Amino acid sequence: MRVPLSWLGEFVDLAPGTTPEDVHAALVSVGLEEEDIHRFEISGPIVVGEVLEFVGEEQTNGKTINWCQVRVAPDGELAADGGPDIHGIICGAHNFAVGDKVVVTLPGASLPGPFPIAARKTYGHVSDGMIASARELGLGDEHDGILLLKSLGIDAPVGTDAIPLLGLDDSAVEINVTPDRGYAFSIRGVAREYSHATGVPFRDPALALTVVAPVTRFPVTIDDQAPIRDRIGSTVFVTRVVRGVDPTRPTPAWMIARLGLVGIRSISLVVDVTNYVMFELGQPLHGYDLDKLSGGIIVRRATPGEKFTTLDAVTRTLNVEDLLITDESGPIGLAGVMGGASTEITAQTVNVLVEAANFDPVSIARSARRHKLPSEASKRFERGVDPQVAAAAAARVMQLLVDLAGGVADDLGSVYDMTTAPVPIVLPTGFVSGLIGLNYTGDEVRDALVEVGASLHDVGGVLQVTPPTWRPDLTDKWTLAEEVARIVGYDRIPSVLPVAPPGRGLTRTQTLRRTVAQTLAATGHTEVLTYPFVSEKANNLFGMPVSTAVVGSETDADGGVAEASAASAVRVPVSQMKVVNPLDGEAPFLRTSILPGMLQIAHRNRSRGLVDVAIYEQGLVFRPEAGVTYGTAVLPAGAARPSTEQEAALNAGIVPQPLLVGVVLVGNDVRHQPGLPAVAAGWQSALATVQQVALATGVRIEVRQGVHPAMHPGRTAELFVTALGAATAAASTVTVGFAGELLPTVADDYDLPAVVAVAEINLGLVFAQADADLTVTPIRTMPAATQDLSLVVAASVPAAALRGAVAEGAGALLESIELVDDYRGAGVESGRKSLTFALRFRGEERTLTAAEASAARLAGVALAADRYGATLRE
Amino acid sequence: MSDPAGPIDPPAITEEAVNAAVDAALAAIAVAATTAALKLVRSEHAGEASPLSKLNALMRSVPGNQKAAAGKLVGQARGVVTKALTAREDEIGTAEAAARLLAETVDVTAAASAWKAGARHPISLLSERAADVFVAMGWEVAEGPELESEWFNFDGLNFDEDHPARAMQDTFFVEPTDAHLVLRTQTSPVQLRALLSRELPVYVVAPGRVFRTDELDATHTPVFHQIEGIAIDKGLTMANLRGTLDHFVKALFGPEAKVRLRPNYFPFTEPSAELDVWHPTFKDGARWIEWGGCGMVHANVLRSAGIDPDVYSGFAFGVGVERAVMFRNDVKDMHDMVEGDIRFSQQFGMNL
Repeated sequence: MRVPLSWLGEFVDLAPGTTPEDVHAALVSVGLEEEDIHRFEISGPIVVGEVLEFVGEEQTNGKTINWCQVRVAPDGELAADGGPDIHGIICGAHNFAVGDKVVVTLPGASLPGPFPIAARKTYGHVSDGMIASARELGLGDEHDGILLLKSLGIDAPVGTDAIPLLGLDDSAVEINVTPDRGYAFSIRGVAREYSHATGVPFRDPALALTVVAPVTRFPVTIDDQAPIRDRIGSTVFVTRVVRGVDPTRPTPAWMIARLGLVGIRSISLVVDVTNYVMFELGQPLHGYDLDKLSGGIIVRRATPGEKFTTLDAVTRTLNVEDLLITDESGPIGLAGVMGGASTEITAQTVNVLVEAANFDPVSIARSARRHKLPSEASKRFERGVDPQVAAAAAARVMQLLVDLAGGVADDLGSVYDMTTAPVPIVLPTGFVSGLIGLNYTGDEVRDALVEVGASLHDVGGVLQVTPPTWRPDLTDKWTLAEEVARIVGYDRIPSVLPVAPPGRGLTRTQTLRRTVAQTLAATGHTEVLTYPFVSEKANNLFGMPVSTAVVGSETDADGGVAEASAASAVRVPVSQMKVVNPLDGEAPFLRTSILPGMLQIAHRNRSRGLVDVAIYEQGLVFRPEAGVTYGTAVLPAGAARPSTEQEAALNAGIVPQPLLVGVVLVGNDVRHQPGLPAVAAGWQSALATVQQVALATGVRIEVRQGVHPAMHPGRTAELFVTALGAATAAASTVTVGFAGELLPTVADDYDLPAVVAVAEINLGLVFAQADADLTVTPIRTMPAATQDLSLVVAASVPAAALRGAVAEGAGALLESIELVDDYRGAGVESGRKSLTFALRFRGEERTLTAAEASAARLAGVALAADRYGATLRE
Repeated sequence: MSDPAGPIDPPAITEEAVNAAVDAALAAIAVAATTAALKLVRSEHAGEASPLSKLNALMRSVPGNQKAAAGKLVGQARGVVTKALTAREDEIGTAEAAARLLAETVDVTAAASAWKAGARHPISLLSERAADVFVAMGWEVAEGPELESEWFNFDGLNFDEDHPARAMQDTFFVEPTDAHLVLRTQTSPVQLRALLSRELPVYVVAPGRVFRTDELDATHTPVFHQIEGIAIDKGLTMANLRGTLDHFVKALFGPEAKVRLRPNYFPFTEPSAELDVWHPTFKDGARWIEWGGCGMVHANVLRSAGIDPDVYSGFAFGVGVERAVMFRNDVKDMHDMVEGDIRFSQQFGMNL
């Protein structure tokens, strides 16, 4: 809402020199937030001039240009620019005659643009200023010719400063009006708030008007057969008639200027007047050409399939919820939204029927939204218009049409009013102080409520508050408390820190999330936060679950992996959620994997010359299960606790949103440095990161050869989690994600190099294993016996499996076993490999003998031989 | 023991002979510069063939009444030489050790490292810091889904289905729309979940991601972060709200920070206020900065959670994390916050 200061000043006294900034500051303090300041970006000297003579000079381009002599100061006086009283000015327009008064911008003036005016040589003359059009002055769109003062009904002496004459010295403050303050969409409402803020008296323009009831009834029927949410579409419908309006009368400059400042273009005097009164009093108004109406007015809902052509010449198919203004010819207005073309005010209209009605906010909001026709009128109705201002607004329109358009107020009209008086609200003593935490006196409470327009009654010692008709938002004692706090001032509210009961601190999950994040950052990864919007294709690729590779027997050294990846070629689409109104049409789906967004970020970094990129993200993904219907078709009403069943249904309707951590590594893990060769990031880096997560969360993550459609068929690990306390031998069946290298073609799709290491882990599943109580193994201090062991097995046997067999066979004396070498080549049969382990044995209570250590080692060998055909390498 | 020159008169144990041997030994010790040279000196002047040893061997033939004096003379001389050798040995050892270490000098500014720097995102760090301020006061941290039921995001929070405020929110809906699932437009749904699932009183903060259909530009992003707080207890007041916010901004922005409340409107609070922060260290000078909304929890929200608003009252607030990082750390462009350029987060390291 924009508020011209001159207009505001009609209803409250503005101290001389009050600036827009002052007004903003005052309004902000009562909750009307400042948005902007609007001015006519214009400065003088700009004066009234009179055309004394002009000569048309034809130019080579065929145009005729007028060389004009314009009087800009009384005879013999200096002009406002210090020049002579008559200026020679070139003018391209032809809509004027000798003797016309015009607006002359003299050298030194500046017009909106900014467009500085100076004497300049043109068309063979020195043009000493410019004769301005309405548009050049910022007074609307008219640019067909220069502005003739007579067209505005103005006559002023030559040399008069045209800026105040045309209202161009005014300025407006723009404020943000919150949805509960519909009344502040009027100068009347804002002036009242300004009075609250500053204490200056408020003069209510609605009360100042003399409202005379019509004598002859214009027939109006409200026939709402389908009220929305039990609310009749129109509760107030006032019509008044003004006859004999002179359609040639201009809109006065001050009105054009004020409308311009509030953002409304001048159209015609009658339309301008209805707009003007809407801004002044907050009541949307509509003018009909009375002579085009057929019979009385009926307000009803639209019939199925009914059509209506609005003022903008668009024919719209109506909805049965749309509220219509109709006459015998059919619809003549979409109530509260837009009028119709057939009864429109035109340049021939002389008899005007003014409508000032009150419509149901919900009905208007839905119609405006449905037809995408937000308007100044619908904006006001949606937020609630004072039902008692309609008659005053109609009277104000009549007054202006009589004064400005030469019309005659007719006694024809109607006053339909079905409103009920606002219900009083009981305000218990001490309630406001108790809620706000400030001891207001009884007078402070009462004065504040009276100031906002409420009427108070003491009923047996209880305060009953009847809100004013323009405050439909005041519905209960809490809203009254806000009014008291606001009028007395929020700055008076003290600062008192409340004491909460003892808390539990962060939960285990919250702590673990942080530990994972800190660990990954400490180990060289940079945290990113990506948008969760992806393409269907990305979800179908990355959202697939990882599966265990079918690693074959000894004879199937390489075949297993290829077989498994072929099996995954037939895929069903990943179940996923689609955004109805995405910002990016290419990415309307919610991510089922955290990786696609991260790959884009990896690419962005690379494209900015950052070649080594190690990033991670923790975030939710959206994983609807196939075949499950999510959400709820019916929502419980607000303001009441949902039943147990309703609450369960709401929660069951939520799509599973697990917390994941993703890692993407591109380029080098370790860059080349003095004495240190570069180490390229690859599948092993991804697995190292996985183990950092395991360490951070206190779980054991085991890896197995895995298969995932986005991943390299031979360089992918499926990840399994077990609690640290779980028995080593028990194989986990809880898959928590995958790690390894992307398929090179997938990497290429993201414009990344062939080797991109990634990992994705479901942290929720990991955290679930982190809660197990760990029992500490006592530390043995007897001397250790260390031995190496080289075993030859089929190349397809996973090292972890062989290691497990040796450990299991060697038994309790084996304290540690680490893989130290993987050798293939001379001395080892083709298709087999030699794996060397470093073993450390230790006795529990005494030093082991060499024989005891060797016996345990051989027991390990025996189990490895039995399980995997392993032989000792001699 | 034989003399290559043949048996001649052995020198007597005279003071002159002893002193000569000592002087020769001390001179040789003094010029020995290395461990190896000193070893040779030791052998020549303190070994079995050294002059002093030879003089000592003559002790057998010294008459009994002179034995004590001669023994003293020779013994003291050998002591002097041995002591000088030991001292010199320490000197040379120390010097040689120092020289060895000096030879090991590196350029510490050219250290290679297999370790590399990572970083947290400032949004995460600020969210955690904010949560810690409240956890320290006994509050608890709550979370909720990002894809949320409209009931939690709107209806339960006193957004009537036709309320202009509901249209005001630029909400991402998901298909099918009659399932009433939306990407939450605020962290406030977590309030409601906390009230429904917990025993009163409730003191909870909820940091999280929220979504609105704003195009990314210098000051907007469709995906951003909020920190929501709610406290419901008997007798909580708007003064308690201000007290909580005052404490919060001082903890986060320093002791000079303070809070200003301005009347505003939100469906889920009444009275409602806009929350401004006095930011004393703002780069362009101390000033008030709009940071979020707050107010007393609306009676209808309490009713949505089955709480009697005539028995309990409470306050809630919500602030933007991106905005806080922008004014706290002078981030001029939202793009830096969302693009994931590792140079941005690496300026913060692991602390904020």
